[in-house]
Amino acid sequence: MGPVTGGAFVVATIIKVAVFFTVMMLSVMLATIVERKIAGFIQDRSGPNRVGPWGALQVIADGIKNIIKEETMPAQAIRQFFVLAPVLAILPATILFAVIPFGSPLPTQWGFVEMIVADASIGFLYILAIGSIGVYGIAMAGWSSGSKYSLLGGLRGSAQMISYEVALALSLVPLILLVGDVRAPEIVSMQQGFTAGAPTYSMWFVFPLFLGLFFFFVSGLAETNRLPFDLPEAEAELVTGYHTEYSAMKFSMFMIGEFAHVITVAALVTVFFLGGWDIPFWAGDNIRVLSDGTVIGEPTGWKTILTLGSFSIKTSLVVVVFMWIRWTLPRFRYDQLMDLGWKFMLEAVTVYILVIAFVILGIEAVGIPVGIWYALILFVVNLLLALMLFFMIDRGAIIRGAARKI
Amino acid sequence: MSENFLFQAFSASAILAAVIMVTRKNPVTAVIFLVVVFFSVSGMFLMLDAHYVAAINVILYGGAIMVLFLFVIMLLNLGHTKQKDLKGPMGGLVGGTIAVAFLGTLTQFFIGGSEFEGMSRQGDVQLPLGLEQQGVIAPIARPLFTDYIIVLEVTGILLLTAIVGAIFLTKKRSV
Repeated sequence: MGPVTGGAFVVATIIKVAVFFTVMMLSVMLATIVERKIAGFIQDRSGPNRVGPWGALQVIADGIKNIIKEETMPAQAIRQFFVLAPVLAILPATILFAVIPFGSPLPTQWGFVEMIVADASIGFLYILAIGSIGVYGIAMAGWSSGSKYSLLGGLRGSAQMISYEVALALSLVPLILLVGDVRAPEIVSMQQGFTAGAPTYSMWFVFPLFLGLFFFFVSGLAETNRLPFDLPEAEAELVTGYHTEYSAMKFSMFMIGEFAHVITVAALVTVFFLGGWDIPFWAGDNIRVLSDGTVIGEPTGWKTILTLGSFSIKTSLVVVVFMWIRWTLPRFRYDQLMDLGWKFMLEAVTVYILVIAFVILGIEAVGIPVGIWYALILFVVNLLLALMLFFMIDRGAIIRGAARKI
Repeated sequence: MSENFLFQAFSASAILAAVIMVTRKNPVTAVIFLVVVFFSVSGMFLMLDAHYVAAINVILYGGAIMVLFLFVIMLLNLGHTKQKDLKGPMGGLVGGTIAVAFLGTLTQFFIGGSEFEGMSRQGDVQLPLGLEQQGVIAPIARPLFTDYIIVLEVTGILLLTAIVGAIFLTKKRSV
């Protein structure tokens, strides 16, 4: 049985786009209420608790409020860009979802349907490309509002996102070195164990590329403009930064964009480092679709449902970690942020790529085949590197207080 | 049929956005429409199976260079100027002549002028191996790191020199 083709493919794709988009928007709704509840828990208060059971319907109340509120248009604003900016804030995060594999293929009578909207041959590069245009929404919002606070927020946002994009892209290079392909489903397959076909690592990349995950996660935090990197909207300095002048649904769209971005980055962490939709310690879900359409493993309907569940649980956990960090760490100062990005992350990631490349060269020279031992050696190397890195970091050498700098 | 339609859609949006980009007085509008041009061109690269070039086009030009342009324009707050670049009847005359000459040459090519015999209008380029066998990156990466390794290294040194030069020029002398 091959993949769906022709008319069935078109229908399947339309259904997938509709379903995944709906699920994503519902997740955004859920994420807003979960974040407020977690904030309440961490700050020892109740959080929203008036609308519905445990305040769970607060999102709907907020949505209605935002829709019926008056939209303001500042006199100094540049109208077209002011309206366009919130759209550009949502767009990149949502279309990134096109290349994320959510589950194992679903067999139907017309062939099997892959649980990915577009199995792009440039999967990883597509993610970088779309991620890199995310800055336009913030920059444009800040500039077109015609307000100094907004402009400063927009400038901070664009400078920050350009800076951390470099580290974000480079932190995935060791992963590509291990996988040898840029397709997202292939990255997931390489983390599963197979008895047939090309050898794989049978281990989630969180182990052999532990530091890669660390770099990716930190850059991801900066890319989504979340604490401790939320300088573009630092409310103590800039009112609310680039969306100061926005009200009602336009403001809400920035919030939706931010949460969609968080969910997307969490999904990427899951795909790249937490095995994607793989269920741990179970060989039954190891299903690999090669780029020419042949399938290794046995796809069934209930496996698809189980793997979709596995993917959702992992992504939700990463999202919760994002929120946990937000309410735990204080905000960086702006020069600290730039120092961390350019003087620490960039160099550390470059050295990391070199070390991993040389270790891979060494492993291949010794003749250890791709597999679990290969990954374990890399894990040990990563542990050593991590010890060195975490001992060096936060010694006051790179991120300094203001007093020592002057 | 659908490929032809996509090609026409991408070219139409590229040409339209390019015209708008050149004619706008507001620099931010120009930047945004230039980004639209890059996306349309990337779309055409995708249709040529040049997936890597399409992605790199968006990453470098759409995501990095244009953002820097926008950043500088915002920083200098140039967005509110209403000045025209093209001044006077002389500028219009020169610009118009170039445009007519260019469009004329293009029309001649489409009608089938004899000067362009060597150029093929049909894509007859064959990749040595299909995308299925090699992937998207390998056909570019492999020659780059084997046959052209010297060129790559020299380019790297050139870029490094440029970076050092840029830092040296912008550094304050007193430090």
